[in-house]
Amino acid sequence: MAAADQLAPPAMLDGFARRHRLRAFEALPWLMALAAYFVFPDYLALGAQILATILFALSLDLVLGYAGIVTLGHAAFFGTGAYTAGILAANGWGEPISGLVVAAAAAGAVGFLSGAIILRTTGLTLLMQTLVVAAMLLELANKATRITGGADGLQGMDVWPIFGAFRFDLFGRTAYIYCAAVLMIGWLLVRSIVYSPFGRSLTGIRENVVRMHAVGSPVRRRKLVAYTISAALAGISGALIAQTAQFVGLGALGLERSGTVLIMLIIGGVGQLYGAFIGVTLYMIAQDRFSTIDPVYWYFWIGLFMIFVVIFARGGVLGLIERARRQMRRPS
Amino acid sequence: MGDLLSAAISIAFHGLALAMVLYLISVGLSVTMGLMGFVNLAHGAFAMAGGYGLTTLMGRLHLPFGLALIGAIVIVVLASFVLERLLYRRLYGGDELDQVLMTMGLIFMTVGAATYFWGPVAQPIHPPDLISGQIHLGSRDFPAYRSFLILCGVVLVTGLWLGLERTRFGAQVRAAVDNLRMAQSIGINTSRLFALTFALGSGLAALGGALGADFLPIVPGYALGNLVYFLIVVAVGGLGSIRGPFVAALLIGTADTAFKYIAPELGAFFIYALTMAILLWRPRGLFGHA
Repeated sequence: MAAADQLAPPAMLDGFARRHRLRAFEALPWLMALAAYFVFPDYLALGAQILATILFALSLDLVLGYAGIVTLGHAAFFGTGAYTAGILAANGWGEPISGLVVAAAAAGAVGFLSGAIILRTTGLTLLMQTLVVAAMLLELANKATRITGGADGLQGMDVWPIFGAFRFDLFGRTAYIYCAAVLMIGWLLVRSIVYSPFGRSLTGIRENVVRMHAVGSPVRRRKLVAYTISAALAGISGALIAQTAQFVGLGALGLERSGTVLIMLIIGGVGQLYGAFIGVTLYMIAQDRFSTIDPVYWYFWIGLFMIFVVIFARGGVLGLIERARRQMRRPS
Repeated sequence: MGDLLSAAISIAFHGLALAMVLYLISVGLSVTMGLMGFVNLAHGAFAMAGGYGLTTLMGRLHLPFGLALIGAIVIVVLASFVLERLLYRRLYGGDELDQVLMTMGLIFMTVGAATYFWGPVAQPIHPPDLISGQIHLGSRDFPAYRSFLILCGVVLVTGLWLGLERTRFGAQVRAAVDNLRMAQSIGINTSRLFALTFALGSGLAALGGALGADFLPIVPGYALGNLVYFLIVVAVGGLGSIRGPFVAALLIGTADTAFKYIAPELGAFFIYALTMAILLWRPRGLFGHA
């Protein structure tokens, strides 16, 4: 009785945090997202793009960082989600939340079907197969002009207000909060997957697949489930960008999209949940700055930046932080 | 019947010419990937550099075609040698994600640099009169330049094959592909071997890029835009051989030409489907090591 009385609110919070392995720094991205809303009111459209892309990178981290599946075709699911949401909105169903759900289902289905076929292999072969799946979808989207608009992109999307009340405004306020809310749900999902026994077995598959087979873990089924969930999340991310930009182009399925999300994740740090947040934010702000300063040649500078990361910050920003922490702990 | 035969000859001819270009560019990628396990996504940048080198030496310095071609290859070989020593060798045996990041960074830099120096428009290649125009063979005309491409390809394939099978250097490369650590133990200088192979592969890519501007236009986005083609040839052929990519290039070159002739509205879709089917059937490629 006495013990229960002493359980003051801070202690309860402490217990909750421990039960869910929440650490103080995990509030940081959300506080920063909130602060950015007030500090940079002119950049909310870019902010919404960043938040949606973080979800894309997070979905990639689930398969790449945890299940160890190296893919150069994740845009297949991003694009499927974007086109699904876009086609719905262009054909008279602009309700955004249900659009996200349908996009997730479509992308998840593509992930499940392609994963069931290609996840038997590893290494270069798997990389090629993921790339080819995305390339095939791109070819289809390019040729199905009547449905997708082909090379001109999908036009005429009409996205309704969220819950019938919050209209997408010109400044991107609604879009920003919408993306932040969806990202938070996605982050909670990925986080709980990663810390679950299922997530642990994915890490086991990444670290030593032979031993996982030996202990009787259903490796291929686990990989397929992770791949499908990741595809659905990537689809939601694509749908978010389609709904907030009110446009879908072929670039949503392109190799550059798959490549850059991989780059952003590596820059942040792979397999640590927060690499996606850091990498996407850094990359997209750098891209925005470079392309403002030097609209024609900014590719050069962003390429140089990537090579600097490889040489001086192996393991991405999170790797850098980890090394710095170890340095400080070491007695001099 | 005559139309069908004529179409078949036409497909075979143009497919063969495309195959030679794809092979010249991809063979170096296949060998370096097999030898060093390095995912060099930026390999196409060397091919593009060959193309830009050729047009610039011909257009601005007014060198004749042959001399400009050799000059372009020499420049690319030297540049690739420097890059290998400065950047690539840091990542041998390292994390493949770091390799992806670095080579994608190189691709982006080449896009920016090429736009800066040559602008976004495709660079034209003007072959000398000797190899432009048509060649009459029997009752048919064949474009002379593409015949020249096929001839070049055949000569180089033979040369490469002889070099790998008959020379000491070739034997060292084969030993290192089969078992790197054993090759090192018996005293093969693999660091030097890597550098030479890398430079040779880049030089071949430069040649392929310069000669193949007909098929793959020299534009800033070259390295990224054609990456899928080069990777398909490598993956379908199997890593680390020179025969594998040759058969793969023949297959992809003729299939691509045929599909674009028969069903142009579907574009490259069939090539991807074919690649997928081959990789499902033989995950290590047609000639990959088990």
